[in-house]
Amino acid sequence: MLECVPEGKIEHTTGKINPAKTCQPIGAMYASLGIHGCLPHSHGSQGCCAYHRMHLTRHFRDQVLASSSSFTEGASVFGGASNLKTSIKNIFKIYNPDIIAIHTTCLSETIGDDVPNIIKQSEIPEGKVVIHTNTPSYVGSHITGFSNMCKSMVAYLAEAQGETKKEQVNVLPGFVNPGDMREIRRIVTALGIKLVMFPDTSGVLDAPLTSKYQMFPEGGATVAEIRDSGNSEVTLALGAFASNAAADLLQEKCGVTGIPLKLPIGLKATDDFIMALKDWFGVEIPKEIAIERGQVIDTLIDTHFHYQGKTVAVFGDPDHVIAMTEFAITMGMVPKYVLTGTPGKEFEATITKMLGDAGITGSKVKAEGDLFELHEWIREEKVDLMIGTTYGKYIARKEDIPLVRFGFPILDRAVHPLMPVVGYRGCLRLIEQISNALLERRDRDALDEDFELVL
Amino acid sequence: MEESCTLSRAATACIAERQDSILTTGKSRSRIHCTTDSLAGSVSQRACVFCGARVVLNPVTDAVHLVHGPIGCATYTMDIRGSLSSGSELFRTSFSTDMKEKDVIFGGEKKLAACIDEIVEKYHPPAIFVYATCVSGMIGDDIIAVCKAASARHNTEVIPVESSGFISGNKVVGYRAAAEALLTLIRPKEGEIVEKTRKVNFLGEYNLAGEMWLTRRYLAEMGIEINVAFTGDSTVAALKRAPSACLNLVQCTGSMHWVATNLERSFGTPYMDVNFFGPENTAESLRKIAAFYEDPAISARAEALIAREMSRIRPEIEKYRSKLRGKRAAIYLGGAYKAIAIIRQLRGLGMEIVLSGTQTGNADEYENMSRILSEGTIIIDDANPAELEKFLIEKHVDVMIGGVKERFLAYKLGIGFVDHNHDRKDGLAGFDGAVRFAREVYVTTCSPVWKSLRTPAPGGTIHGQ
Ligand code: SF4
Repeated sequence: MLECVPEGKIEHTTGKINPAKTCQPIGAMYASLGIHGCLPHSHGSQGCCAYHRMHLTRHFRDQVLASSSSFTEGASVFGGASNLKTSIKNIFKIYNPDIIAIHTTCLSETIGDDVPNIIKQSEIPEGKVVIHTNTPSYVGSHITGFSNMCKSMVAYLAEAQGETKKEQVNVLPGFVNPGDMREIRRIVTALGIKLVMFPDTSGVLDAPLTSKYQMFPEGGATVAEIRDSGNSEVTLALGAFASNAAADLLQEKCGVTGIPLKLPIGLKATDDFIMALKDWFGVEIPKEIAIERGQVIDTLIDTHFHYQGKTVAVFGDPDHVIAMTEFAITMGMVPKYVLTGTPGKEFEATITKMLGDAGITGSKVKAEGDLFELHEWIREEKVDLMIGTTYGKYIARKEDIPLVRFGFPILDRAVHPLMPVVGYRGCLRLIEQISNALLERRDRDALDEDFELVL
Repeated sequence: MEESCTLSRAATACIAERQDSILTTGKSRSRIHCTTDSLAGSVSQRACVFCGARVVLNPVTDAVHLVHGPIGCATYTMDIRGSLSSGSELFRTSFSTDMKEKDVIFGGEKKLAACIDEIVEKYHPPAIFVYATCVSGMIGDDIIAVCKAASARHNTEVIPVESSGFISGNKVVGYRAAAEALLTLIRPKEGEIVEKTRKVNFLGEYNLAGEMWLTRRYLAEMGIEINVAFTGDSTVAALKRAPSACLNLVQCTGSMHWVATNLERSFGTPYMDVNFFGPENTAESLRKIAAFYEDPAISARAEALIAREMSRIRPEIEKYRSKLRGKRAAIYLGGAYKAIAIIRQLRGLGMEIVLSGTQTGNADEYENMSRILSEGTIIIDDANPAELEKFLIEKHVDVMIGGVKERFLAYKLGIGFVDHNHDRKDGLAGFDGAVRFAREVYVTTCSPVWKSLRTPAPGGTIHGQ
């Protein structure tokens, strides 16, 4: 991969070289883990399920359990109905979850299995729930799969009991780490607002080690909570790509007002998130949060000269990249290359507008790109810093550029799933990482005579 | 540690259909149920046919590996094995046809052909392996024809690998697909005569963490040269020279027996099983190889090497043995050959093996395994985490040897863990590897962090309880 871009000018028009996205089912699997007592079920052959579990395990460094319909040739010829029915029966018998969240794979999609019908024909024990979503991997990306599963949670579970709404907010946190979800919950709670957040993988994938094994840890949004989301006054959809579909459906199905927002990553996006809550519920901003914001401003001023004017390549999932690009602009950096693997014209439009508003010209922006292209751009003209997933490390090494790991997946660093990048605390963490990456770089490059104690 | 389990304690298996896949040594002589498909709805730790093919072929360093399917299969297998290369790094680049809805409806052959054309133009690789996945297999893309045409068009090797995931739930079928691809690659052109040499091929060695280089040093010291490894640190050109070897050493039997028997049939090259995991296995293997040459000088050099290395590592291993004696271990790995080697190694460390299982072992391998295990040991095929959890707790296991999916199960139960899968970062083969393995087992089994787990939190409770 170090030699990913060959010498000379090359056309790259078909297929992907070093993808910057992956397939839908893994996103659905991750979202399902954010329901309490849920066993995600992959309707297809075993390999997909094994890959998705392995990938999530590597990123979160925690157990990821999911079952599979274990398709073999027979199922592929005759359809997977009997496999799925047996699976549902076995799963409740062996693992006894509260809910099974089924997602399809390439295979069951290509065969055309009618999953809702199969569910209807299955034996489901009293009080248990089975939901499903369609996640053909040849459409969209893992973010699409996440979005589809969130939407299915609404479709299957959310209910509005009458016209009157409860004074509570639904938060759809997007495809972020459990540490981020925990932080979002803390902020909303600090504002004194009651919330329903789903999915919520905190307490599931960052569960404490208690020396007592639990197949279904304490975390996650309960089925009852998700049902109740139909009674909330308002939904904040964080990240358009991951959350808008579910928020729209909540509005349509249960009449809950949806407010689309960016992921609360960076100063402005966090401000917007908090202001949306303040405006809707008319709450006062507690001192604790005001102090945190003040600390971000203070830190930005203390550190601005480390990163101001530096060029940066931001890549990864669209919602992450959009928010990060905005923050980079706030910090005075120049997002020179901005790329996501997920398809979607809105991505390019959003970023281009952001750059235009900031008066930044000459940047390259692309949705549905791959790391080959990113590398090609960087080879033409270097940047000072890269911000993105672990997959960028080969380019970073080859071109000798510092890389701040951000987004999903991060497979080669530890503790990140617990450390939030959202909210004001997240801002501090990002500023720390960005500043330190550049300072580290400076130390490493300094000649002996320029090497100093204080930077 | 509190003993809690989601399963009933009375039953051996957690579901009746799985009962025959679990044996307890000594008590019964019944044969284990294995090599069948996993139960629908179980949380199997197994992978798929594509995965099997991909891991075997991936280490061919200067080839392009093009995955014909939707993006996921390629992303998950991007630079997936810790196979090291002494030359080209091209194998670490991930190529995918990134099939879209349109391709699924109208067929992906055109796109595949276009991708191959672009790749040839960009990289001029000596060979392209084209992997079929679930979708391309399902919609019936004729990858064989596309590869053949591309081969002719570009005058280069474009080799189809028939690895559609749904063919079977068993990785072994994928090994076979990879073997077929390799055999196609090394088939000499018509009329070409292959001269035999005194070199050996090393089959089923993937150069994880540079393990092949270590073995190569041992053999070199004995005066034996490795012709090519299948497939660790190999190149297309080197693989093509495979028929010139006088002997094939087979390490990972699961993935390579088929290749070895085929090479014997086509080129008359004999093969022998070897195993470089653990000092005794390493010594035995070196002796066996030396004996093949019927050359006293080679045998003498082998003996000298073994004596020197053994006396060098003995005190180091002893150091760890004194700490590990009496500890209880569980093994759950992909293939049986490695599991058997590790049983031996752990015994050498004075440890007791209470559970041993694999994803893909066959009946004979399990038979061998049960023979060397002491009475009361659990043998399990295609375990699911619920079963592993149950036995890890019941058997009071101190350390588990497994792969990435088992790591956090062990940790959650307060049990040490060693990765003996693709993820290993330190070579665990040979004499040096044996010391490293002992160290890894020691580090995790005797880590001071377990003490913190058992210390009550402030207030006397443990968080979350
Ligand atoms: S791309 Fe399709 S076959 Fe491949 S891992 Fe994803 S769902 Fe499975």
